Amino acid sequence: MSGAQMLLECLVQEGVDCFFGYPGGVTLPFYDALYDHPIRHVLVRHEENACFAAEGYARATGKVGVCCATSGPGATNLITGLVDSMMDSIPIVALTGQVSSSLIGTDAFQEADTFGITRSCTKHNYMVRNIAELPRIVHEAFYVAASGRPGPVLVDIPKDVFQAMGHYTPVHSIHLPGYKVFTEGHAGQIRRAAQMIWEAERPMFYAGGGIIAADASRELQELTELVDGPAVTTLMGLGAMPSGHPNFISMPGMHGSYAANMGLTQSDLIVALGVRFDDRVTGRLAAFAPHAKIIHVDIDPAEIGKNRTPDVPIVGDVKRVLQKLNKVIEELKPAEAPRTETARRAWMHKLRSWKQEFPLAPVTSDTEIKPQHLMAEIDRVSGGKAIVTSDVGQHQMWAAQLVRFDLPRLWINSGGLGSMGFGLPSAIGAQFARPESLVISLVGDGGFQMAIPELATIASYGLPVKIIVMNNGYLGMVRQWQDLFYNNRLSSVTLDCFPDAEKLAGAYGFKGRTVTQPHELAAAVDACIAEPGPYLLNVKVSPFENVYPMVPSGGAINEMVMGPPQPAVVK
Amino acid sequence: MMQVISLLVENKPGALLRVTGILSARGYNIESLTVARTLDPELSRMTIGVDVEERLRAQVIKQMNKLINVLQATDMTDGRSICREMVLIKARTRQESRTALLKEVEIFGARVVDSSTDGFAIEATGDPEKLDEFIGLMRSYGEIEVARSGAVAISLESKKLRLQPPVPTRAAGSLAGNGVLNG
Ligand SMILES: Cc1ncc(C[n+]2csc(CCOP(=O)(O)OP(=O)(O)O)c2C)c(N)n1
Ligand SMILES: [Mg+2]
Repeated sequence: MSGAQMLLECLVQEGVDCFFGYPGGVTLPFYDALYDHPIRHVLVRHEENACFAAEGYARATGKVGVCCATSGPGATNLITGLVDSMMDSIPIVALTGQVSSSLIGTDAFQEADTFGITRSCTKHNYMVRNIAELPRIVHEAFYVAASGRPGPVLVDIPKDVFQAMGHYTPVHSIHLPGYKVFTEGHAGQIRRAAQMIWEAERPMFYAGGGIIAADASRELQELTELVDGPAVTTLMGLGAMPSGHPNFISMPGMHGSYAANMGLTQSDLIVALGVRFDDRVTGRLAAFAPHAKIIHVDIDPAEIGKNRTPDVPIVGDVKRVLQKLNKVIEELKPAEAPRTETARRAWMHKLRSWKQEFPLAPVTSDTEIKPQHLMAEIDRVSGGKAIVTSDVGQHQMWAAQLVRFDLPRLWINSGGLGSMGFGLPSAIGAQFARPESLVISLVGDGGFQMAIPELATIASYGLPVKIIVMNNGYLGMVRQWQDLFYNNRLSSVTLDCFPDAEKLAGAYGFKGRTVTQPHELAAAVDACIAEPGPYLLNVKVSPFENVYPMVPSGGAINEMVMGPPQPAVVK
Repeated sequence: MMQVISLLVENKPGALLRVTGILSARGYNIESLTVARTLDPELSRMTIGVDVEERLRAQVIKQMNKLINVLQATDMTDGRSICREMVLIKARTRQESRTALLKEVEIFGARVVDSSTDGFAIEATGDPEKLDEFIGLMRSYGEIEVARSGAVAISLESKKLRLQPPVPTRAAGSLAGNGVLNG
């Protein structure tokens, strides 16, 4: 068979049922082989979106997402998606075509040094030199992408390798002697951790994307129940605890809740699970959780001690470690109520009352649609069960605060890189992965306009994605910072032209509508969700709302600003 | 401070780029770097001197170990090890100081590898800091030109090389593969 057919055979072996891409000159042989092959190729409208769609697919399922681009501009268009999946540890295999081997290094038409360019934006990358090494490399790529700390792996394939003829010999084992994955966790450290958890008076479980990646949300819930301790989940970890779980507090960090941030600050033991002490969570690092001892579980040894030195480091798959930890915790459960139990009960009580006293509550108005009102509506129709893919900005933060997620892999957003333009194409991937699920793509008026070409993909595949634009007429999150920290000098943040949603959607052959009045919102959202096909709902919200609570950058997380400054009283 | 790292690296395309790339991406300054083949032609030994704060040393090693082509990363700064560097010096001297200069060369244990009426070419090996001193000394005799090799180091402790054994693939009927964290 040809190299192109062999590549498809590798994808079949890896269980790939669909992937996202855009063809070009050097990938012609590959697309020719694809012509009568059962694997589904989804033609997006820009390569960046092929990678974002693959991410949506991967984030919704945990499976490896696959994207494909031609050499030169095709490959360079993938970069943002690669970095995005690197930052959020999402398993992606990116396939790129390359000019024929004999032309490499000659500045041939559409030649780019893809292997060199993508070195720093992938977990690992390959250039295939001949057809004989193609199967090994492709299977290695899938293995590396999905195992350990997941991430993107790129395979660059010259045109002549696609055209060469050879035999596919199944690859029975992956031999990467330098790729060490530690999954089990050190038994002694796990025991120490269990002991410390029983002895803590104010424990806090701080859980993140690692819990989702490792499929460990059940184990996390068990742990919080075993010791009746509170849990906060990061932006990447939303859904790891069901929103209604009695031990779930909320999201910590820059736009986190009072309870979550004060809880971390006052805790005497933080159990960090699949998190990386990101600056958006910790605020000023030196002031973060000053009284807390730290237990840090992560599969990536380099995360441990990177930002905060733990008292008990545990390198391992957080699911395996939690299974063991929960067992030891049960074994060690003191027969008598421990000395600390009263303190711990009071602590849990304190957090629950903070959560009630300072809720992340929706704001409404009779005259205009408040952004928080829109989030409450999305929350209502989702009921904790819809997939929501978000873009980046204020709407993302309000959604993270106000929309409930009762299962992992429902909340899909660009966390680490914060890539605008992510929300729409990732919904495409998520909808292909979960054809039966309600997929809501929540985007800002800025990010939506970065992704408009993908309306064509949605229309041509008839994907029932519900696009909801939170339209505040601004690059809202940047406007907020200019408002708060640059004397409200609004520089290049006005989005004064936005297409008519009904006409725009209509131009692509589906329905759309704009709502402006608060009393119309509920019905409009219902109609959007009820539509069997795609729908574009443009919601005009009040333009000058800011996201609170907010920890100003460089501040400690207990120094939250809870709301807008009260207007001065005019005499 | 200067941290000396020794890496055992697979001779794969781009391996050197990965190592230097990650160091620069993480903001560590490379002071010196040597690469050469080992007894096993498929492996290279790299010795890298990086300028890094004391508290980040462990992080540097972890970042190196994350690279798939790196089989082993060792911090030579702690633990018993030997570190050597070679320098070639072209020294111009005036006629009257030739003997004195040769004396210094002899005391240091360096060698003259070329001699002319203008001066000498001198080869010296030693601990990098000792070489600094020697170079300083040579400079006091006049204009010099220097080419240093960068440090190479070897550990005197017996550290087991731990390698990942082969992992069966899906094709072999195991669970490893798409979306499954390996165990
Ligand atoms: C590709 C990219 N460019 C720029 C930014 C910086 N940025 C962060 S949020 C934001 C504003 C987003 O505006 P909009 O999509 O309207 O969302 P809103 O904040 O108004 O909800 C910008 C420009 C970014 N995150 N990504
Ligand atoms: Mg906006």
